[in-house]
Amino acid sequence: MDTSDELLQQASPGFARGSGQTRQKAARLSPSFISWLQAGPMMLVFLAFFLIPLVFVVIVSFWDYNEYQLLPAFSGRGYTDTFEGCIAQLPQLCTIGKTYLKTLKLCFMVWAITLFIGFWVAYFLAFHIKSKTWQMGLSLLCTIPFWTSNVIRMIAWIPLLGRNGLVNSGLLKVGVIDQPVEWLLYSEFSVVLALVHLFTFFMVVPIFNSMVRIDKSLIEAAYDAGATGFQTLVNVIIPLAKPGIVIGSIFVITIVMGDFITIGVMGGQQIAAAGKIIETRLNALQFPAAAANAVILLAITFLIITMMSRIVDIRKEL
Amino acid sequence: MREGRPRSFYVLALFFAAYVLFLYGPMIAIYILSFQGPQGGLTFPMNGVSTFWLAKLFEGTGIVDLGAAFRRSLLLGLVVMAVTVVLSVAAGMAFRRKFKAQSILFYSAIASLIVPSIITSLGISLEFRIIDDLIKAHWNENFETSMGLLTSGLGAHLTWTLPFGLLIMFAIFNRFDPRLEEAARDLGATPWQTFRHVVLPIILPSVIGIGLFGFTLSWDELARSSQAIGSVNTLPLDLQGLTTTVTKPDIYALGTIISAVSFAVIALALGTIHMLNKRQAAKGSDAGKGLV
Repeated sequence: MDTSDELLQQASPGFARGSGQTRQKAARLSPSFISWLQAGPMMLVFLAFFLIPLVFVVIVSFWDYNEYQLLPAFSGRGYTDTFEGCIAQLPQLCTIGKTYLKTLKLCFMVWAITLFIGFWVAYFLAFHIKSKTWQMGLSLLCTIPFWTSNVIRMIAWIPLLGRNGLVNSGLLKVGVIDQPVEWLLYSEFSVVLALVHLFTFFMVVPIFNSMVRIDKSLIEAAYDAGATGFQTLVNVIIPLAKPGIVIGSIFVITIVMGDFITIGVMGGQQIAAAGKIIETRLNALQFPAAAANAVILLAITFLIITMMSRIVDIRKEL
Repeated sequence: MREGRPRSFYVLALFFAAYVLFLYGPMIAIYILSFQGPQGGLTFPMNGVSTFWLAKLFEGTGIVDLGAAFRRSLLLGLVVMAVTVVLSVAAGMAFRRKFKAQSILFYSAIASLIVPSIITSLGISLEFRIIDDLIKAHWNENFETSMGLLTSGLGAHLTWTLPFGLLIMFAIFNRFDPRLEEAARDLGATPWQTFRHVVLPIILPSVIGIGLFGFTLSWDELARSSQAIGSVNTLPLDLQGLTTTVTKPDIYALGTIISAVSFAVIALALGTIHMLNKRQAAKGSDAGKGLV
């Protein structure tokens, strides 16, 4: 039917209709037009609700503001307010510096823990579960919580970690402690715990994806060549699973960097973090300052992703 | 290779079981706690067993106007689901050929997934504020706001669900055999007929998966809604508002109800996918059935 020549001719705009070709009954649309029709709507959504809003964030971050309104005039106030005292307080860190340090610390802890759990869960599913049905079933088991409410999964920890929660009463009964432990809830510990609980899923899926693609004969070959299990892991499996590890890491790190809900709810609204600053500024209706903080967060997130994507080509992996 | 299961299997199986317990344990705990008696508190041990707290929510004497928020979230979830399915399938089809803006669309989708939600939400709210100001200045001084559930709210949710939809479509078409379409074309099917009778039935189970992602992600969405939903609240926003003043089990009851909807949707979707797969296995091929 369609030879490539014919397609080319249809696609090329210089080719006028009825030029001696036997034309079909229905007027054929050119392939590139069909592509636009198919991909256009999604592109428009991203343009209207993602790309243009981002541009506005950058623009508004340079606007002026006072107690009760936005002033569309160029000003660096959003940024100067944010970095207030950063020079004067040297060598001590100013508020924004401290906050970002804390956020990065949380980020690193959550990343390390989710990577460890995610890697071994994915490893188990990919290499130890032989039947496809079981693999599907167990993957679903890990996925279902992802489809349920995050807030509920956070408050679910309250009956366990609270002053009179299960953990404390259990420890008291056994006699490990003689006073309820206070730092289990509304602390950094509970924030990290909740973040791990919520987002390990984002590590499991890409790593599992990479591992499933590993040719089993490579592992056979390593075994035949006398590699121990550990050597196979370090020299064969981890290098081949690296793309999944990087993609999962990008997910977890960007989520934690921008998180304000989990840190708010599980930190008892007491812990400052990069996302929380934006929220606080918004609640005070200081849009330019919020936007300036958003730009800073975006820049730092982008920097981290760029460094990580040096390691793999995301496009090839999908 | 080696016979039987290696020791590492049992170690990792235990590890996996612990992870699953860690995932589900807390959730199950609050589902149980929401069935306490009227004197119940926030922690174990249980204080009687009743449906008092659940009933209290339905009476509407509780903490929030649950009914209205519930309806809003449901409506938004269904709209998001429909739009996500249609746009993802269409864009997924487009990606099978080369087209000009391919990489722009791809990177937009990935960026939309990983740019922190609060930034997207803030951007959308700024965008709509500026639109409002323009309308007030040029057309209608009494104009209220263009922000709302199905304008800015819908857009905010789509920036979260569409990337998932697109990635699932990539996965589908990576495994799709294009010879099936060629066969259809050779038998004289139009492009639309090919899509309708060949492609769609094959990818339908995964498309339902996209719908499941679309609905559940919207149903529980919080970070992107926070700035962009307008003056009304969705259910998760109400729930988050309650977390600061948790004193009674009614928050657990609300959590149980929200989760029940999630689980019902998940079960419905997975059931449908399972049914379609079975049908495909049974009727998908007529090879070896003779020539009639």
